[in-house]
Amino acid sequence: MASISPDNHGLRLAVRYAVLILIALIFVFPLVFMVMSSLKPAQQLLADTASLRAFLPVGDISLDNYARAFQRAPIGLFVFNSVLVTGLTVLLCLAVCSMAGFAFVYLNWRGRDLFLSIILATLIVPFETIAIPLLLLVSKLPWIGWEGVSYGWLNSYRVQIIPWIADALTIFLFVQYFKGLPRELIEAARVEGATWFQIYWRVVMPLSGPVLATAAILKFLVMYNQYLWPLIVVQQEKYRPVMVGLQYFFQLNIAWGEVMAYLTMITLPVLAFYLALQRAFIASIASTGVKG
Amino acid sequence: MSSKLTTSNRAGWAFAAPGIALIAVFIILPFFFAFALSLTNQRLISPNPTQFVGMQNYRDMLSVSVLRLAPDRDDAGQIQRDAAGAPVYPRIRDITRSPDFPQYRGMREWFRFHMGETAHVVIARDVVFMKALVNTLTFVLVVAPVQGGLALILALLVNQKLRGITLFRAIYFMPVVVSIVVVSLLWRFIYSPDGGLLNNLLSALTFGAFQPVNWLGNPDTALPAIMGMSIWQAVGFHMVIWLSGLQTISPTLYEAAEIEGASKWQTFRYVTWPGLRHTAVLVLIVITMQAFALFAQIDVMTRGGPLDSTQTLVFQAVERGYGKQDISGGATISVVLFLMVLAISLLQRWLTRERA
Repeated sequence: MASISPDNHGLRLAVRYAVLILIALIFVFPLVFMVMSSLKPAQQLLADTASLRAFLPVGDISLDNYARAFQRAPIGLFVFNSVLVTGLTVLLCLAVCSMAGFAFVYLNWRGRDLFLSIILATLIVPFETIAIPLLLLVSKLPWIGWEGVSYGWLNSYRVQIIPWIADALTIFLFVQYFKGLPRELIEAARVEGATWFQIYWRVVMPLSGPVLATAAILKFLVMYNQYLWPLIVVQQEKYRPVMVGLQYFFQLNIAWGEVMAYLTMITLPVLAFYLALQRAFIASIASTGVKG
Repeated sequence: MSSKLTTSNRAGWAFAAPGIALIAVFIILPFFFAFALSLTNQRLISPNPTQFVGMQNYRDMLSVSVLRLAPDRDDAGQIQRDAAGAPVYPRIRDITRSPDFPQYRGMREWFRFHMGETAHVVIARDVVFMKALVNTLTFVLVVAPVQGGLALILALLVNQKLRGITLFRAIYFMPVVVSIVVVSLLWRFIYSPDGGLLNNLLSALTFGAFQPVNWLGNPDTALPAIMGMSIWQAVGFHMVIWLSGLQTISPTLYEAAEIEGASKWQTFRYVTWPGLRHTAVLVLIVITMQAFALFAQIDVMTRGGPLDSTQTLVFQAVERGYGKQDISGGATISVVLFLMVLAISLLQRWLTRERA
């Protein structure tokens, strides 16, 4: 038993890889199918599902489905909306949450510990349990615009951005990270007469690359994939993001070729981004598992 | 830790205020709002003023009774039977609409079971809510352990020291970055009764013996199909959390186990698993919270059907609060949901506590 012959070792290695590859196929096949189907006319798409051709770019391959998808829905507008909402929210979130983290770690102020524990307590409130009361709230909130004061935030960009700027998880990530930075740096800068904002902007932020990347990736995934919230607060096409735009494609008779084309268009950029930065993505998820 | 240099009320407040204010307005306020609204008849838009109705919404949703019915008998005392020979029971409608039983007014049959010749009929004031409640709990109780367990197996697999292992890790994680809405629509095709990939695959594996199933159109398979897809999408997320837990376990412990001649199972049982205690709590709580929030899959794949077999609490909360503009009804479901999330998180924490 104790001695393993070289053959045996090679066999075991082969089995290990076979298991890994089989599992990989389970995770990959729907995505490969999506991309391949987007290139095929409807009839061929259905016929190909009976064989491995479903996963191969064979037969009558074209970009027709993409052209038709663009005719069916204002895809450019949806992409613009998603990019705008996601981009602005991520930037504002990084600013607001890193400042809060800074205050919780480096500054002593009355109420600090109380507020930190209240914020962390909100981690166990799933968004889905506050969506309906929040819908009522934003339908009444005032807004000061160019034409003076108006009420109600429904059908706007702000209703998709402002409620999502601050969240407990991002603040928690910054707090954890800042706790690990050498405190002497901050105190030295203070002795030299730097203002708190200068310390935040010139000392702490330049050292915060890793946590900024983590927070940005997590927030990006949440915002770009947002569905429930825009579904209930945005009825006008003008402000719809890509995920809600999907509804144009699953009406009575689903044209699967066009659906696959749309799914590919809104998914491939994210997948490419992920594959390019996969270590950073996985590290961000892993860092949410580090309990303080 | 505190020193004079870092004491500054004004700066502290200035830095923290935007974050605190946003969380207060958009998370904490609506959270308490949900409790308050559930005690009213608030609608999204209404000409009538909102009224306080106390626990009425909860009574309307949660009322359940059991009726014990004896079979109908004819004048001779024989049990009446229908054409198929089954005993005939009084109609539920005749009871819930009868002036003799005002307490059952408006209730409908949820399900029934028989003990001897007596039929026990469970009636509920809000049958759809009850089905949503049971479906959601079923989903959580199946998905949490299965997804957590599979994620751990995957984590152990990709924690091996093999060439190219990071590639496999990256592939297993891939569905996590794809929107659940996209995944749901994609799987709607995979589960489709005509030309769906799953039926074709099963038929190929059994050499044609497998009869095609309408996975999402059959009340018995719709919820399991959604469970399978949800696990496929999210398991990589928890694999990564398990993996980060695995990597905190000191290699010297494994070396010691090897020297002691521990088997693979013994190493897992006495070295790996004890080192994963905190990770286990976290994984279970996160999966539970995500599972309770089940919405997009339902909205895209089944819209609660067939026969309410995939209704869920969040889907009902949105259907009422947004679809029917019944904010108080949606808020009541939200409160019930939150209390369940809280209860299960506390329970898991207690079950996996450190034993002294």
